[in-house]
Amino acid sequence: MSDAAIAETTSAAPTHEGGDTGPARSLASDAWRTMRRSPFFWISSALIAVFLLMAIWPSLFTSTDPTQAVLSDARVRPNSEAWFGRDIQGYDIYSRCIYGARASILVGLLSTVLTTLVGGTVGVFAGYAGGWTDTLLSRLGDIFFAIPLLLGAVIVLVTLPATDNYFLIVLKVVLALVVLGWPSMARLMRSSVIQVKPNDYVQAARALGASPWRVIRSHIVPNALAPMIVVATINLGAYISAEATLSYLGIGLQPPTVSWGVDISAAVVGMRTTPHMLFFPSLFLSLAVLAFIMLGDVVRDALDPKNR
Amino acid sequence: MTVQDTTRTDDARVRYEPQDGVLLEVEDLFVEFHTADGIATAINGVSFELHQGESLAILGESGSGKSVTAQAIMGILDMPPAVIPSGHIRYCGQDLLTMPEEQRRKTRGPEVSMIFQDALSSLNPVFPVGWQIAEMFRVHRGMNKSDALQQAVRLMERVQIPAARERVKAYPHQFSGGMRQRIMIAMAIALDPAVLIADEPTTALDVTVQAQIMSLLEELQEERQMGLILITHDLGVVADVADRIAVMYAGRLVEKADVDALYASPAHPYTRGLLESIPRLDQKGQTLAAIGGLPPNLMRIPPGCAFNPRCRMAQDVCRTDRPELREVAPGRLSACHFAEEVIDA
Repeated sequence: MSDAAIAETTSAAPTHEGGDTGPARSLASDAWRTMRRSPFFWISSALIAVFLLMAIWPSLFTSTDPTQAVLSDARVRPNSEAWFGRDIQGYDIYSRCIYGARASILVGLLSTVLTTLVGGTVGVFAGYAGGWTDTLLSRLGDIFFAIPLLLGAVIVLVTLPATDNYFLIVLKVVLALVVLGWPSMARLMRSSVIQVKPNDYVQAARALGASPWRVIRSHIVPNALAPMIVVATINLGAYISAEATLSYLGIGLQPPTVSWGVDISAAVVGMRTTPHMLFFPSLFLSLAVLAFIMLGDVVRDALDPKNR
Repeated sequence: MTVQDTTRTDDARVRYEPQDGVLLEVEDLFVEFHTADGIATAINGVSFELHQGESLAILGESGSGKSVTAQAIMGILDMPPAVIPSGHIRYCGQDLLTMPEEQRRKTRGPEVSMIFQDALSSLNPVFPVGWQIAEMFRVHRGMNKSDALQQAVRLMERVQIPAARERVKAYPHQFSGGMRQRIMIAMAIALDPAVLIADEPTTALDVTVQAQIMSLLEELQEERQMGLILITHDLGVVADVADRIAVMYAGRLVEKADVDALYASPAHPYTRGLLESIPRLDQKGQTLAAIGGLPPNLMRIPPGCAFNPRCRMAQDVCRTDRPELREVAPGRLSACHFAEEVIDA
């Protein structure tokens, strides 16, 4: 056929490989094929890998204890001994940047994953079911949406019992962010589901005997997911900074817990006299946020088959 | 067939056998759309039968209710706003409208299947076409992935997609319009349905491709002895493929006849108008006869014959009495008070 577009067949032996191409993997493996050609994918993945390593094994990067105060050297500028200088307590800033990754990445990742799961699920049901279900779920979302972040977080964090356990503290912050953050994800998902639902391929799937569950899983969700992924990666950065905000107000993570947010808050007072105290944690925060946003961009492009 | 397949067939699948060769029977079907502006009667008492191996063309202009008929048969109308106040749709004697939804869903695909107008938008853009065809086998027959994909390649070859083996992993947008429609056809016939509904399958395609798709459909229909319902507004498209033609106007059947008889002498002024409005090479230099006016608003269908405001032959009786569909010649039905005169004209 002369009018047939010539398809790019990247695989040498498609039928042999094709045997084990499943629903999730065909989409994912094709996305992977696109992603690995993008330099941004490799840059952002490398950055994220480094941050993840920092979060899991901070001792790989530094042997200095981030809570060891050398008060005589407080606020000293970067030098050969303390690469990033020391802060107002005489803590080694380099070490604190490394150790701070864990709290920030944990809060960012967990909040993003949970808001996406909760908000996404609610959005899919509201958008697909329509009618009463939609009204009920949307209004429920609006209630949470109307609560200001700080007020809501104060309520959540103060209501929950106090704890000294590191992970429980992090989980409390995550919970506060998820409770207040899911409605915006639900709205986003709902509107893209409503956009996808009337498409002919959804009708066609129904006409060919697909169950409602399969229509949602194979046809609606994969086509409605792209905006969620982009917003989720942008939110990841926002959640890391929200954690910093909450810590600054004294209701998020608390010293001696080390996090970029805690350090940024502490450094703001000396912004003019000792900018290095603000600069390094901010740099780490920005790089982490940038890496996730960049990855989100690449993933979105890869998930859209028209870009292939 | 694996052992698993056989048990599935015994347990889960209801066996459907046509009764006296009748696959599908639509009886006095009404479909209304309840909107904010009022009730639009899209289908106003339609009855027809589809026999095994028969091609029935349903012909009509936009808004005549032909697509709604197809959607009602498939059970994919959005309800609400659509309401089916009365009527029956029987598949092999089983009323689809009273069947539990889950059982009905299982008839879609293996028993009754459908092809849509615009194949680009009928294929899921994020999955390779082979995967989408294979999904039919995996969902309905419980096949494993590699077997299902092999079947998909075989089907793509059957609908004459060149280099099917290589293109099984391509995405819908990498195919031309005609090829996409072939893939849609492959999906629709994957489970060997007894009834195939094609809703304007060639409207989005150019003329040469239209002919290829129609001949493919005809070929498949004969090969598998399917009942084919061909929904179209194009009289030229159906002439070769259809055995019988049902003409719809404002939600009602106005004429039903064998294709040759209908082309030779239509028994309804509307059908005649449609035939006269086909451009013909042997009538060079003449003005094309068109049917004046517009189809009626479905919320305000005129009393009497719905076609009377546009009909050249309309008399007083047409404005007051609605003509019922009646046999005007052997095997020919027409809903016109003056059908005999129309045939003779």
